[in-house]
Amino acid sequence: MIKNTAAQMSAALEKGETTSVELTKLHLDRISDVDNKVKAFLHVDGESALKQAAAVDADRASGKKLDPLAGVPLALKDVLAQEGVPTTAGSKILQGWKPPYDSSVVTKLKAAGVVILGKTNMDEFAMGSSTENSGYGPTFNPWDLTRTPGGSSGGSAAAVSAFEAPLAIGSDTGGSIRQPAALTGIVGVRPTYGAVSRYGLIAYSSSLDQAGPFGRTVLDAAMLHEVIAGHDPRDATSINAPVPAVVAAAKSGDVKGLKIGVIKQLQGDGYQIGVQARFNESLDILSSLGAQIVQVDCPSFEYALAAYYLIAPSECSSNLARFDAMRYGLRTGDNDGASAETVMNATREAGFGREVKRRIILGTYALSSGYYDAYYGSAQKIRTLIIEDYKKAFVQADVLVSPTSPITAFKIGEKSEDPIAMYLADVATIPVNLAGICGMSLPAGLADEDNLPVGFQIMAPAMQDQRLYQVGAGLEAALVSKWGGYLISKAPALGGAK
Amino acid sequence: MALSYDDVMAKYEPVLGLEVHVELNTESKMFCSCSTTFGGEPNTQTCPVCLALPGALPVVNAKAIESTIKIGLALNCQIAPYSRFARKNYFYPDMPKNFQISQYDEPICFDGFVDVEIETDEGPKQFRIEIERVHMEEDTGKSLHVGGATGRIHGAEYSLLDYNRAGIPLVEIVTKIVPGTGKYAPEVAKAYVAELRDILRGLKVSDVKMEQGSLRCDANVSLRLIGSDVLGTRSETKNVNSLRSVERAIRGEMIRHAELLNGGKKVKQETRHFQEDTGLTRSGRSKEQAEDYRYFPEPDLVPVAPAAAWIEELRAQQPERPSLRRKRLKEQWAVPDKEMAAMINADVLDIVEETVLLGAEPTKARTWWLGEISRLANEKDVAIADLSITPKDVADIVALVAAGELTDKLARQVVEGVIAGEGTPSEVVAKRGIKVVNDDGALMAAIEKVCAEQAETADKVRAGHVPAAGALIGAVMKETKGQADAARVRELLLKHLGQG
Repeated sequence: MIKNTAAQMSAALEKGETTSVELTKLHLDRISDVDNKVKAFLHVDGESALKQAAAVDADRASGKKLDPLAGVPLALKDVLAQEGVPTTAGSKILQGWKPPYDSSVVTKLKAAGVVILGKTNMDEFAMGSSTENSGYGPTFNPWDLTRTPGGSSGGSAAAVSAFEAPLAIGSDTGGSIRQPAALTGIVGVRPTYGAVSRYGLIAYSSSLDQAGPFGRTVLDAAMLHEVIAGHDPRDATSINAPVPAVVAAAKSGDVKGLKIGVIKQLQGDGYQIGVQARFNESLDILSSLGAQIVQVDCPSFEYALAAYYLIAPSECSSNLARFDAMRYGLRTGDNDGASAETVMNATREAGFGREVKRRIILGTYALSSGYYDAYYGSAQKIRTLIIEDYKKAFVQADVLVSPTSPITAFKIGEKSEDPIAMYLADVATIPVNLAGICGMSLPAGLADEDNLPVGFQIMAPAMQDQRLYQVGAGLEAALVSKWGGYLISKAPALGGAK
Repeated sequence: MALSYDDVMAKYEPVLGLEVHVELNTESKMFCSCSTTFGGEPNTQTCPVCLALPGALPVVNAKAIESTIKIGLALNCQIAPYSRFARKNYFYPDMPKNFQISQYDEPICFDGFVDVEIETDEGPKQFRIEIERVHMEEDTGKSLHVGGATGRIHGAEYSLLDYNRAGIPLVEIVTKIVPGTGKYAPEVAKAYVAELRDILRGLKVSDVKMEQGSLRCDANVSLRLIGSDVLGTRSETKNVNSLRSVERAIRGEMIRHAELLNGGKKVKQETRHFQEDTGLTRSGRSKEQAEDYRYFPEPDLVPVAPAAAWIEELRAQQPERPSLRRKRLKEQWAVPDKEMAAMINADVLDIVEETVLLGAEPTKARTWWLGEISRLANEKDVAIADLSITPKDVADIVALVAAGELTDKLARQVVEGVIAGEGTPSEVVAKRGIKVVNDDGALMAAIEKVCAEQAETADKVRAGHVPAAGALIGAVMKETKGQADAARVRELLLKHLGQG
């Protein structure tokens, strides 16, 4: 049962073949069996998950009209505030903090009856591409426990990939949903900026952050997308427009006549041979399904990574200023009449990890007077150029595609001492964030050289998220029938599976 | 050593710059729905947003934008079709996010002016104060430093933080530099702040209470040698909490600067704090090393883009300008220049107008507020507005005098009673048993009694020395407990003594 898709679980619940309590118990068992190896979760709240599940079962028994995902369990990235549940964003500085309020995503999940199993590990404040930057230790890739699951939403991706949860929520600032989805062989979607409320999402880079769904299939991701998306008056950047019909698109999967643009700049040099091979194969499949493949040129993408590493650190240097030991979280050095300034400094020194400090310092520098124009100002100009590149490309094609990550899952420790090498892991995903559009990663198969999952990225214009699901579902159907099952069903056993 | 103001003016020309912070009177805060009511229990008017809990986001209060646009229009400003919020980054415990959401290079209103008129040696003269910008921002929380002798952070044992004020909408109004005021700099500054206050009051966008901090003025002053076009180093005086203080602070800073400059010393660019008791300023934070606030556009908020039609709607709703209103009232009430200036100076224009609207004759209304009531306020050392007497009370008293039920002298007792909290004018009259003695018989009895007691004086009057009657009239008034009409007493007395 736990290896089923969320859509199958939903159907089984509806038919009365199982209950939410049973489903939740199975997942809690799985977590206690394998999470000591995977370390996907920072906090598992079995008791309240079962309580929530029982409530959904009772509602169902009373004949109440329920959301399709009611009673289906989910893993929540620790970046989202959940009332009364420890929320740390993977940082020691928030150790022990229990939010007095729910993020809007959590409010929507609860309203839909989705059962929240617990909070998943992540790179501290979502800064990283491997989950090694967590203040609480790394998460391990279920495909190969010596490798990272990607990041920053590595805990959520690993939980879905290891069958600890059929669904998960992540957040994607530069690829933090799509890249771990690619590295763990599942589906991950970064919705259009403003499509999912950021209220209660602990900010890393406000103009780039966006929460989104993980699932084992395109349809699962679509079902979760519909639950969490929609206008929220508590987020000023939330888009006040109807949610695109993503579930319907995921059920259709028709790609006939669609123009699919291959971005010249996001392939070739630096892309692993097996990654490029699976990508090209997927293009052939789409072509055989009746889509038209075109080449598009996005010359400014060359500067995307540089622009990202100015904008995101700049915003984070300001967003993380609130962690000052005055009102919540860690406080150290508060003795012998130490001044507020001393306590702030000592707490920030002790509470933040190295990568967070690196980005705060970078951003503080980039925003300082005399450097602002050269750094932050130039980065914003590049951002505009990238938006222009996309605009032109979307005239030529309905969706754009690329490999999600240039490489498959890398070894724990392999890149952790080399920030630039780590930053390059997001080279193909970052342009979407800078432009505020939407993107999906879905499994394209295993790379021949290492037998590890490869992600296929689809990009669509803002608020055209349904196109991702339409194309993704078409490709997925062809691949799954070729493989004879979903890609993660091919993953080596972790032991303990039922 | 100590220079006179004239010495300063003989050598230097002052240049002013004024920054006024106005707390808007919106019901909710700038970026969340918490209440803005003044004086609540500490930290009861807070939420995840104004406490900057992780994940919380700001949302702009539309009413605050409306108020700011109204202010901009009243100050003859351009209204930006597109403006943005920016983050001003610095660490301070009473600022929850450790950045303030403000506006930086794209304020909502810019390029305006205010004309003020002051009395000069050559008669009334108008000065134009140019407005650089009007922008929106949020207030900080409040720190309370406990244990020190001064209530300041230095020497305190610990500090308490109250975030009720954090996020209250503020509007900052910044002038361009104001040269050319010469020796009238302090008066011009005071008149400008008073004019702003009247404009804001007329717009009903703020309580504009300087004592409570809902209107706060920072005064920038610098001196330059007469004839020079190079600006001198400025000091910025904060904590200027009344109109009178604006004037005093600027005058004091001008003298302090001149003394430094004459002594061959430099003026430090710094923040100074005005001290109400001494009228002097003390050194605050040094600004020599310009603080780097690392401003950048606030990514959590979308740009403010007010529709042109809405701006025109707000323009059409603008109330009468205070200067025009003063001109109108001066004509309607036929007030001489000097009296008008006295009313403005004493800040009684609003109450006088209200009293007139309640039926009092303008001259009478003005005389009461400017005379007896002002005197009592001075005596008690409180603002006129803080006395418990209302325009309605004064209008009633004027009516009672006009009806002959009170003499002017009795009316003063009634005013005193109302202020003492004894009730409305008619209640005071009843309680104190105040009534005009109209009975000539009773008056004659008193006159005869007094003339017998002070026979010598009475004889002088009989002998034709009429001025001596004053003492007798006073005694009769005393005898009748002031309830007699003094004119009638005089008439009867002189007749009684053969001088009628």
